[in-house]
Amino acid sequence: MTAASPSPRVPTEGDKEPSMLLQKQMIAGHYTALSRAPQEGRKVVYTFVPGNLTELLRSFDLLPVLPEINALQSGMRKLSGDYIAEAEKHGHSEDVCTYVKCDIGMLKKGNIGPTGERLPPPDLLLLSYTGCFTFMKWFELLRQEYDCPVAMLHVPYQSEGRILPYHVEYIVQQLRTEVIPKLEQVSGRRYDEDRLRDMLRLSAQAEDDLVWVLESAKHVPSPIDAYFGGVYYIGPMFTAFRGTAEGVSYYRVLREEVEGRLREGLGPLTPEGSQEKERYRLVMEGPPNWTSFREFWKMFYDEGAVIVASSYTKVGGLYDGGFRHDPQRPLETLAEYCLGCYTNLGLPTRLALLERYIREYRADGFMINSIKSCNSFSVGQLLILRQLEQRTGVPGGFIESDLVDPRYFSAANIKNRIESYLQMLDQKRAGVNA
Amino acid sequence: MSTLRTYVGIDLGSTTTKAVVLNDAGDVIGRGITNSRSNYDVACQVVRKEALVRTRFTLTREAISGDPSLAEVEKAFLSSLQRNFLLRQHLDQLERLQEALLTAADDPRHGAHRRELNATVENIVDRMVERAAVHFSELAVRKSDFFRDLATADYMQLAEQHSDPRGITFDMLCGLFDAAILIVENATTQGSFETQLRGALEPTLEAATLVVREKASRLREVVEATCCADIVEAGTVGTGYGRQRLPFPKEQIRSEILCHGLGAHAMFPGTRTALDIGGQDTKAIQVDADGLVVSFQMNDRCAAGCGRYLGYIADEMNLGLHELGPLAQKSHCRVKINSTCTVFAGAELRERLSLGQRREDILAGLHRAIILRAMSLLARSGGVSDEFTFTGGVARNPAAVNALRELVQENYGDRTLNISADSIYTGALGAALFARRAAQANA
Repeated sequence: MTAASPSPRVPTEGDKEPSMLLQKQMIAGHYTALSRAPQEGRKVVYTFVPGNLTELLRSFDLLPVLPEINALQSGMRKLSGDYIAEAEKHGHSEDVCTYVKCDIGMLKKGNIGPTGERLPPPDLLLLSYTGCFTFMKWFELLRQEYDCPVAMLHVPYQSEGRILPYHVEYIVQQLRTEVIPKLEQVSGRRYDEDRLRDMLRLSAQAEDDLVWVLESAKHVPSPIDAYFGGVYYIGPMFTAFRGTAEGVSYYRVLREEVEGRLREGLGPLTPEGSQEKERYRLVMEGPPNWTSFREFWKMFYDEGAVIVASSYTKVGGLYDGGFRHDPQRPLETLAEYCLGCYTNLGLPTRLALLERYIREYRADGFMINSIKSCNSFSVGQLLILRQLEQRTGVPGGFIESDLVDPRYFSAANIKNRIESYLQMLDQKRAGVNA
Repeated sequence: MSTLRTYVGIDLGSTTTKAVVLNDAGDVIGRGITNSRSNYDVACQVVRKEALVRTRFTLTREAISGDPSLAEVEKAFLSSLQRNFLLRQHLDQLERLQEALLTAADDPRHGAHRRELNATVENIVDRMVERAAVHFSELAVRKSDFFRDLATADYMQLAEQHSDPRGITFDMLCGLFDAAILIVENATTQGSFETQLRGALEPTLEAATLVVREKASRLREVVEATCCADIVEAGTVGTGYGRQRLPFPKEQIRSEILCHGLGAHAMFPGTRTALDIGGQDTKAIQVDADGLVVSFQMNDRCAAGCGRYLGYIADEMNLGLHELGPLAQKSHCRVKINSTCTVFAGAELRERLSLGQRREDILAGLHRAIILRAMSLLARSGGVSDEFTFTGGVARNPAAVNALRELVQENYGDRTLNISADSIYTGALGAALFARRAAQANA
């Protein structure tokens, strides 16, 4: 019943595609720029991935720091366990969001970023409040540490499942009266709408290519893994590179690579080479575990499972729903972007999105990775599980782990769960004679 | 004798390892169970061997039943033969235990005590041999069939009697036993079935009634034929936590979820929901009319509320695992236990005892606490449908069953609750059924 696993091979730099090397360079460059910011007199704004206003910040020549990205990078580099212990030593409870504790711990240990360079302190905390209620508490803690100004952008929750005109007006008003004045103050520059428009134009170009890449997974077999590979694909878009020429060229290179994979009939690229056989197409809900990211991924590709669509890759923008940054309406488009992030969607909208993915991507199943320390994501996931099964007739699987706390990744149990689930899919396909 | 095709399912659980042998028709013809002892390779070999030995026993039984001339002696002869056979096996193990104990006693660190220690050990083992005959006598009720359990209980009691705080101390004797029992358990050569069965046959016949002895030559023939029967393993499937350790190719390994689902369905074909509470995990499984799994949930981050929880509580209360349920059932006023953590439940238990609360009331609360956790998994997996089958080691605990019955009734209304006396073998049965399906599909 099970195909032989691909033979394990030590990955080499040669396995990396140009887009990967490019991204690595871009990110390293960004961290270096951050580390030099104080000497070079550049100002730094800490902000969150969902609802990030990168183009607006860049239009003031401000550099963004994304604490969640630092935390997940620390998780992947096996540093988060120590950082979390450090935060707990300072009185933070075991049950708090582990991104927060990882960030606080990193700060307490000298704020050395994932590339080994020191991160500059913030000149402004830009709090975009998009669906994750922990964000506010997180920046409250950072403000105590840094004693710097805070700009608050309150993004109304999409409780009715759609964006209403007054939502947009409300955000635009906050941008004009709260965010832009503070950015002007910190940067010492005037708001330049033409510059912002230019950047938004670049964003839209890159977004087109990203969506093309994500939707390539509709092809059977898929040339990409839209979750384990997907988290890399969204990297530049969700962090510091929206609205930049570098961002545009990254997504162009990436798209060409995926086009090439499609032409050559290659499966998704994994750390052990191209995945040869696509045995299961799955949709994934919830963030990945970062501390054992490779191990977690291997549990899927060893079994021939490919994630063809995921909700996590939409936390920093739901571009495959049709949204593009629109240079004609610069502040309105930023408002709509913030409102549309996955974290800001209510349960019925999340359900509808996942249902659409299961159908459009012809998935055999879907899986939920429930994150212990993330209430925003976890609330309602069991309901999602049941309702999705009922609506689509496709079976769901449920696993539990954490973002960056290594203590909550129980490899044996998770592997067992995944294997059981995939064998259940086999059995469903083959019927009684499995 | 013709060749017998068999299909073997092995379930490597965290506490015990089980094996089930099926024939071509899918009937269970042999079972085996042993402690997993963190050594799945050995557990797997031991349990497989035991199940195949039982299979030969089934052959003996079938041959005797099928012979009209043996009809009147069948029952008496078989039960006596089985007891003598188990005794033979037990004595073989004791012999190995003695060897291992003497080797351990010979360690230079025992210095001047070595000779005295040897003598004490020999004395204790002699007494254990005497007790063995009692364990396997006709009316004996054994608390456990595991050699380790029986030998530990006997040895510890005798060691206490034979120790002397100024000479051979109880601690010294315990140390020897801890080393020796591991060697005995990890030995996979446990004597051949043929030797043990032949060894059991003569005493059985000697002690038998005249009616049985008159048939002695025919009985010898039957037993001899069983010893020589050609048993072929036409398929094997492994499951359970240790399944990755099984020396089988991947296609012969199935997840315990599928095996428990199919096993529960085979035991009770009306099953739509199955709950399995094992040593370290609880599984809530929904199956369709063919026994195929449609959804499942397992405990993930923590194993509180599983079989080991009860094991821990039993240790804390200085009771045997099998005594917990019956004691809890004597409760008239259940105590509410809040802890979800096994270790904290132990603390809560001690606190309650110190407050003067009754053991049975506390135990009743602990059983309910376990079942409440299982109810939450059942709810996650899609609820409890009719019929509902409860499997795993904990299904043998009457207090757990009562708590489950109550809570299912409260939450889901009337449901038929199935529990098989052999529920601990559910996973192995499912695995054997998969082995049979695969082999028959390939044939």
